Amino acid sequence: MSGINILAIESSCDETAAAVVADGRKILSNVISSQIDIHTLYGGVVPEIASRKHTERINRVVGKALSDAGITLDEIDAIAVTYGPGLVGALLVGVSFAKGLAFAANKPLIGVHHIEGHICANFLQFKELEPPFPCLIVSGGHTTLARVKDYGEYEILGRSCDDSAGEAFDKVARAIGLGYPGGPKIDALSDEGDPDAIPFPRAKVDGSDYDFSFSGLKSAVLNYLNSCALKKQEVNTADVAASFQKAVVDVLVEHSMLALDKGGEKRFAIAGGVAANRHLRAAFEKACETKGVEFYCPDFILCTDNAAMIGAAAYYEYIKGVRHGLDLNAVPALRLGERI
Amino acid sequence: MNILALDSSGAVASVAVFCDGRIRGEYSLNHKLTHSQTIMPMMEEMCKRAEYDIAATDVIAVAAGPGSFTGLRIGAAAAKGMAFALGVKIMPVPTLEGLSYRFWGVPSLICPMMDARRSQVYSGIYRFEGGSLKTVREGEALALEEQLKRLKAAEGEVVFLGDGVDVHLDAIRNSLGDRCVIAPGHRRYQSAACIAQYAADKLTEGVPAVAAEDFAPEYLRRSQAEREREERLSGVNS
Repeated sequence: MSGINILAIESSCDETAAAVVADGRKILSNVISSQIDIHTLYGGVVPEIASRKHTERINRVVGKALSDAGITLDEIDAIAVTYGPGLVGALLVGVSFAKGLAFAANKPLIGVHHIEGHICANFLQFKELEPPFPCLIVSGGHTTLARVKDYGEYEILGRSCDDSAGEAFDKVARAIGLGYPGGPKIDALSDEGDPDAIPFPRAKVDGSDYDFSFSGLKSAVLNYLNSCALKKQEVNTADVAASFQKAVVDVLVEHSMLALDKGGEKRFAIAGGVAANRHLRAAFEKACETKGVEFYCPDFILCTDNAAMIGAAAYYEYIKGVRHGLDLNAVPALRLGERI
Repeated sequence: MNILALDSSGAVASVAVFCDGRIRGEYSLNHKLTHSQTIMPMMEEMCKRAEYDIAATDVIAVAAGPGSFTGLRIGAAAAKGMAFALGVKIMPVPTLEGLSYRFWGVPSLICPMMDARRSQVYSGIYRFEGGSLKTVREGEALALEEQLKRLKAAEGEVVFLGDGVDVHLDAIRNSLGDRCVIAPGHRRYQSAACIAQYAADKLTEGVPAVAAEDFAPEYLRRSQAEREREERLSGVNS
């Protein structure tokens, strides 16, 4: 099926985004209205403020997505929207808007899983990439290692039992005085630090080769900072940032490579906001090269939350005939691969 | 003039279609807080049964607040999505004034009241004069006692309605005694028919509707994070 234009909407956290995607692979427009300047004042995303800002901005963002794509609503085949996981109040704005739009324009409605969107960001950038392949999704809210068996079919191999990788970055960044958002700040400061200076732990989760746990690592960093303070010892924050980051990256790479060993695929992809981390990318690139595995990682703009990725995921649902009714609800804890 | 109206500001989910001076259809549910799942299917069902062509819509009217933050946004975002698709404007209807239309023309003070939690109510005081609604006290978030004190100082009967009445019935009766008229169940809560009629009246008066992209709910309250931040900052400065 070709010539399918999908108008996609994403509002699961603090970006109000809309995009037009053709045939799941070609971005005709990709509009992102970030609220980060507002949430920085509060040291993290405030759900009520995010929801209010989405409501204010959504029409202009969707309007710009259509005008940037140079097409009219008439030429749109379906409306796609993220319905989970995410902040419920934020999700509801996109979902309610999309339902009003789909109803009044008489277009099919497709609800999309946010993490499936992140995975499908790879399809937008790498036209040759097709399932099956394992994929690591690392973002502010999620750390999931999954096997993409086919379009829209996933097997979850592992996930974080506590903090997501992105949360750990934010918390450690706050502890060493870098502020919010932590990921890019730690990434930058790490350049000046020694990643082997401090031996932070690489946590294992009992009974699972693939699950992650980052709260212990976060505590180890805080303990280290406290003990330095007690000993009146000066802290080299660049060393802390670099050592912490390496501890996170090492575990992510180790579990991912294990998945490749077991599955035997020759392709591996990463996705999500934390996938924009330069040190993480470099580590994966090296590990994949050693194994002779093709490594896929979307550009920064497609790693962070955006609606083009939602349009890509929606296309593969659309051609399978998946349609949602106007009773589509926001599902804040929607599981990967789950269909509601 | 054709108007599609929605109200999801409180416990009731309600939609209505107003065509050429009359309500052609209305669908309301006061059953569970599942507005996100119910209000658009209700809209679809109503339009179908009323054989209403949505392309003929001139304006979307929506309860604009105060009310449940999430409820307001469900209605606002749906209205904005419909308005975007249809290329029409939005007429925001203050929730408390829309509620007052439940007692259109009644010659006494009208006090709509919604539970605002944190020991407050969203409430205003209104009166019909010469066939139009006049504001005696603007809607605001305030302590129940404060509103009752004002009403005690006024004269005549007062009609109380809204979900705040469910929570504060005893306090209202104790305070105003014989002067209070409590709205019965069939006229106590929000109705999109009132939202539509109010919007039609405003348009007739020449009040302009707003561009869909410029419309946002009027919460009458900032978020908790904003309030706390302000307190913190003013604490630092003092």
